[in-house]
Amino acid sequence: MSPIEVYKMLPMTNCKECGESNCMAFAAKLVNREATLPECPLLMEPKHTEAYNKLWMLLKPAVKAVEVGTGDKSVTLGGEYVLYRHEFTYFNLPSIAIDLSDEMPQEEFEARIKIADEFEYEYIGMQLSLDMIALRSTSNDPATFEAAARKATDLTEMPLLLCALTPDVMEQALSAVGNKRPLIYAATKDNWKEMADLALKYNCPLVASAPFHLDALKSLARTLTEYGVVDIVLDPGTQWDEGIGKTLDNFTILRWDAINEEEEYLGFPLLGAPIVAWTEEADDPLINEWNEAMLTSALITRYSDILVVHSVSGWSLLPLVFLRQNLYTDPRKPVSVEAGVFNYGNPNEGSPVLLTTNFALTYYTVASDIEGAKMDCYLVVVDSEGLSVESAVAGRKMTADTVAEALVTFEVGDLVNHRHLIIPGRAARLSGEIKETSGWTVSVGPLDSSGAAKFVEDNWPPKTD
Amino acid sequence: MVDKKKESLPISLDLLEALAKFQQIEFEDVELSFDELELRLSPGMVMSAPVVNTSQQIVPTVKPTQLLEAQVGIPPGEYLGKVVEVKLGATKADGGTRGRSFFIGGETAPAFYNFQAKTPNRPIIAMDVFDWGKVPLARAVKMHFREVVDDPAEWAKLCVEKFDADMINLHMLTIDSFIDDASPKSALKTVEDVLEAVDVPIAVGGCGDPKKDLEVFKVIAEATAGERILFNSVTLDMDIEATAKVVKENGHTVIAFTSMDVNKARELNRKLYDFLPKEDIVMDTTTAALGYGLDYAFTVMERSRLAALKGDPELNHPISSGSTNAWAAREAWMKMGPEWAPRELRGPIWETITAQTLLLAGVDYFMMMHPAAVQAVRTLINNLMSGKTPSEAPDWVSLKL
Ligand code: SF4
Repeated sequence: MSPIEVYKMLPMTNCKECGESNCMAFAAKLVNREATLPECPLLMEPKHTEAYNKLWMLLKPAVKAVEVGTGDKSVTLGGEYVLYRHEFTYFNLPSIAIDLSDEMPQEEFEARIKIADEFEYEYIGMQLSLDMIALRSTSNDPATFEAAARKATDLTEMPLLLCALTPDVMEQALSAVGNKRPLIYAATKDNWKEMADLALKYNCPLVASAPFHLDALKSLARTLTEYGVVDIVLDPGTQWDEGIGKTLDNFTILRWDAINEEEEYLGFPLLGAPIVAWTEEADDPLINEWNEAMLTSALITRYSDILVVHSVSGWSLLPLVFLRQNLYTDPRKPVSVEAGVFNYGNPNEGSPVLLTTNFALTYYTVASDIEGAKMDCYLVVVDSEGLSVESAVAGRKMTADTVAEALVTFEVGDLVNHRHLIIPGRAARLSGEIKETSGWTVSVGPLDSSGAAKFVEDNWPPKTD
Repeated sequence: MVDKKKESLPISLDLLEALAKFQQIEFEDVELSFDELELRLSPGMVMSAPVVNTSQQIVPTVKPTQLLEAQVGIPPGEYLGKVVEVKLGATKADGGTRGRSFFIGGETAPAFYNFQAKTPNRPIIAMDVFDWGKVPLARAVKMHFREVVDDPAEWAKLCVEKFDADMINLHMLTIDSFIDDASPKSALKTVEDVLEAVDVPIAVGGCGDPKKDLEVFKVIAEATAGERILFNSVTLDMDIEATAKVVKENGHTVIAFTSMDVNKARELNRKLYDFLPKEDIVMDTTTAALGYGLDYAFTVMERSRLAALKGDPELNHPISSGSTNAWAAREAWMKMGPEWAPRELRGPIWETITAQTLLLAGVDYFMMMHPAAVQAVRTLINNLMSGKTPSEAPDWVSLKL
């Protein structure tokens, strides 16, 4: 789709109310999904309804965006446009819903919510966190489920996935927390009508579940749609061990059909349940946690939009939040940052000069380490064609020559009264040559920039300068 | 159970054993019924004309009282290209001395799209062995190899006998002028020792110096002619013609290694075609660790493979991944707060997830390090290859944990 196509349907007044200098600029933003239709106030007026509807059909994601929860912590599931991330980008991180049951001892219940709520890891300037609570009724008792749902909403603002297949049990929980827009799990071939009525009554999104029966799943989605339910999530079933192949097949087929074929009733977010890794007895729960992490990762790679996870161990959750952050990063974002020399803290002419490459992740990691340690220093960023230090040295994209050249080009010598460079440990092999080529003395810093502050503390100013 | 103290838990050797003991549930072999194929919609890869998704517009006049029929189209995916098959290792019967050889590649659909085509060859896992005992290894890795780090042959044997490595990926670091500047002859001795110690196919890697690597590869290739050793690697700044000839004339194979750039991969392959048959080339577009560029590595591999399947004649090679690079992520090895402990598990799961993510992008040949990661990825591969359909879905909703 071209911006021109979109432009023709805009009001074409160039009034700038959208914040863009003209309608064409706004059209370009719409095509790149950097703006949404309501940002053009004119378009929202009744006389433009027809144009609005046409534009919506043209621009809407192939996978519907389904909102779950209310307030700051609400999440968007789905809202995707492409099968492969290089074709455009993926948009909404798959939500990780931490499992609770309504029969868990109070202490465990509270502890798990606390872990889910407070999970936080800083990664290149972003806070990685968890998103939802999955509350299952193992009691199958309406009052018990209601009490647990109330309690969960008292303890956290995170959106809920409410899991109970008996409509009465679900209804009682919804009577207490239905106004928080939980996601209802699930409508099946046996209970779909009652569940659909609940979804409509409480205006909540609804999961359609037909594990390992794609036709039955589509049949449910079609029936629910025609019944009037608009916010639907699909559960095609999850299995580990030898079922993993079929599981990934099903997720891929559904996403392919939704995007490449625009097949009706399939353009909905997908629910994965890595928690099935706990249905098998293991000698040690570590094994379940390990398997669950692998299964979750596979489903993040293959199109899941919400994942039900039981483990609350940091070692098994951390790679998951990393992986989804990585795969949902816009691939159009450049691999490299600009080369140059950058100030940290309040450096003066006696401050240390550190070296790194312009691979974005390397740069952000180093920068956040020296910022975090409140160091006063200069950081020279060499153009390594976007390679990390190790690869740049191995691939000769960072050599003594390019380092010497960078020191001259960025006039680093004018900033300091010494000629001493601290190079990354992974560039150790360049130290002799850099000294020869640039005339600067060199010390080899730590292998990882987390040790930079300590290194400077121990070694600055250098003894033989 | 869940809140059990993790710090006191067994380290990864125990995990390995536990993983090994972990019984697989056997499912009945269910015949796949592909009646749906007849109902398929327009062929894959090509976007069909937009169909209005009526789910937005439905204003129910009469609500259904029964489930409405529906069928899901199984996209056939019509691909023009096919990844070449590369044979690694040679048995006595075909000119080498190995106990077995492997074919990798041969795909006609994206990785593990079982609904479109069966995966023709099982992706294989080679374990890294270094000829230099001082190679920096993460603690969680080193603990498994401490006894053998000074003896590459013993190290290789441990990988094969104890950890079931499909292949050995030997790295000749000591030839580096910054290490020992070891001679090609001494490198050859190491290779011969390893070939003697294990009977699986091997790969031989250099130190990254374009001149020295070629010099060493030449001596090794000539002395081991016919073994179909996988040389790791040829790069754009090497003497491509000379390297290719060393590989071809002595009956070996090579990894074409580039940065994370589809065009660079094409360029190197194109240059190699002048001297080498396609069936001798594996490509490697660089593996970055989870959290440290895995997204780029993933997408370059996925793009290359999809391009190959669409018919690009310069990218249809099996893909190799140095998943050991996962250990470059500080989260894989660093001591962190107790909430992220133990790092003995955080490390191998990091390597596992780095590798399995690239498996789904199309990798055919893995270079890996941690025994638990090797075992976990192999189990996953075997399960993905099994083609079984679950007879019934596990009930997690009422599961008491
Ligand atoms: S607000 Fe609408 S009409 Fe005004 S310039 Fe922007 S796109 Fe054009």
